[in-house]
Amino acid sequence: MPTVEFGGKTFTVDEDGFIDTFDNWCEEWVQHVKKEEGISELSDEHRKIVNVLQDYYRKNGIAPMVRVLSKVTGYKLKHIYELFPSGPGKGACKMAGLPKPTGCV
Amino acid sequence: MAKHKTPLLDQLETGPWPSFVTDIKEEAARRAKNEKKVNFQVPADVCDDLLGLLELSYKHGRTHWKHGGIVGVFGYGGGVIGRYCDQPEMFPGVAHFHTMRVAQPGGKFYTTEYLRQLCDLWELRGSGLTNMHGSTGDIIFLGTTTPQLEEIFYVLTHEINQDLGGSGSNLRTPSDCVGQARCEYACYDTQALCYDLTVEYQDELHRPAFPYKFKFKFDGCPNCCVASIARADLSFIGTWRDDIRIDQEAVQGYIGGELPPNAGAHMGRDWGKFDIKKEVLGLCPTQCMWLEGKKLKIDNRECTRCMHCINVMPRALRIGEEKGLSILAGAKAPILDGAQMGTMFVPFIKVEEPYDEIKDVIGKVWDWWMEEGKNRERLGELMKRQGFQKLLEVTGLKPDPRMVKEPRSNPYIFWKEEEVEGGFMRDINAFRKHHMR
Repeated sequence: MPTVEFGGKTFTVDEDGFIDTFDNWCEEWVQHVKKEEGISELSDEHRKIVNVLQDYYRKNGIAPMVRVLSKVTGYKLKHIYELFPSGPGKGACKMAGLPKPTGCV
Repeated sequence: MAKHKTPLLDQLETGPWPSFVTDIKEEAARRAKNEKKVNFQVPADVCDDLLGLLELSYKHGRTHWKHGGIVGVFGYGGGVIGRYCDQPEMFPGVAHFHTMRVAQPGGKFYTTEYLRQLCDLWELRGSGLTNMHGSTGDIIFLGTTTPQLEEIFYVLTHEINQDLGGSGSNLRTPSDCVGQARCEYACYDTQALCYDLTVEYQDELHRPAFPYKFKFKFDGCPNCCVASIARADLSFIGTWRDDIRIDQEAVQGYIGGELPPNAGAHMGRDWGKFDIKKEVLGLCPTQCMWLEGKKLKIDNRECTRCMHCINVMPRALRIGEEKGLSILAGAKAPILDGAQMGTMFVPFIKVEEPYDEIKDVIGKVWDWWMEEGKNRERLGELMKRQGFQKLLEVTGLKPDPRMVKEPRSNPYIFWKEEEVEGGFMRDINAFRKHHMR
């Protein structure tokens, strides 16, 4: 598995840049993904999405469906793409440290 | 000289069918020679390594691609299928081997100029290998690296005026039969409707917002040349509701043997002289045809528009003039709860620009499924779980005998409370007054 260094920390990631385990998530990881995912400024709205994803993941062991994320945050999908250009799966879930989305993508 | 030995694959170069192995080897040789001096942006030996990896899979009987892969372009949630080889040291050329889906034109009509543009782009920034086309309809670019994705997307959109197709839990790339472009059976302009709805729902196609994938397919008539009834969550199948048009003179042409039945489709074998009674009247599923003297008659009220007589005698019989389409819902492959084909739920709808009636049905189906559908539940499964009745309720359609093959045989029938006199709230003591314990 490749590793990346950011802010003095080292993370193990897969080819798609997803972190190997949720437990290693930290603020430096957020900053690293911000750079990778084409996000110029981290706003409270970014943080809110990351927090919702993490809370849901801790409680349910899976990422929420897009509809649930929209409902809980109150953000329309269009707005989520404005915040995370690669979308809730590749962008937000990666920043939140959740496992890589699977299935017929 | 090939990079890897491929004794098993080499056997697939024999035989009469066009060999994919020969083709890939040719592309590998062309890239090795590079007569055009292309500055290849992915490893020049990508095709060699693909053959090497495939040979290894033939030997092991197992795939050598890793699980999953999440890559894409900014702004979209789908369109690219990420893929990494599990032997990157042995086959570095295919360490990254992502697939890009490119939206295809209606009926897959092309000019060579357009295809050359695509090929030039793909030669420079991809493997040079394609799939023409994926089963859903897309042009498929097979094999490139992550850094090239945005580059390819830029050229596609800026220079070729071409978008990506769909992947993920969203509306997948819609596709159609060739339709009125060159088929006299087409009951509506499949390409126009397919194109219009594709453009209308670009958002739903590029940014996954659904519980699971969703497909549209457009067939001009019940022959279903794009197999919409089996491969689309909503299938749009052309039909008509007036009379089949009969050219009695041409009917005589078929009886007399001047015109070959089925436009000559069975000429490879001697099936004897054309017998209209046996091959048409006798095979009509509703037995609604007969000969009156020499004249062919059809009781159109009993015709189910199966296409058989028209298929056999295309010069003599034509579809009616009052045309439209039927919408069927819920087709899917076996996972999870069994394969389904589309179920009729809109028997007839007119096809008129700007297709508001059709879009209204689609919108209502989506509203229901997006709200009620479970994670990774296809429309067909939601219909099974919540009932066909619910689909009719949300779309505002009245139940109709045409929507069932046969009525239910079990008596587990639900009633709504307001349909039952006195409602469901009952007092056991009132019952006990007349019936002692």
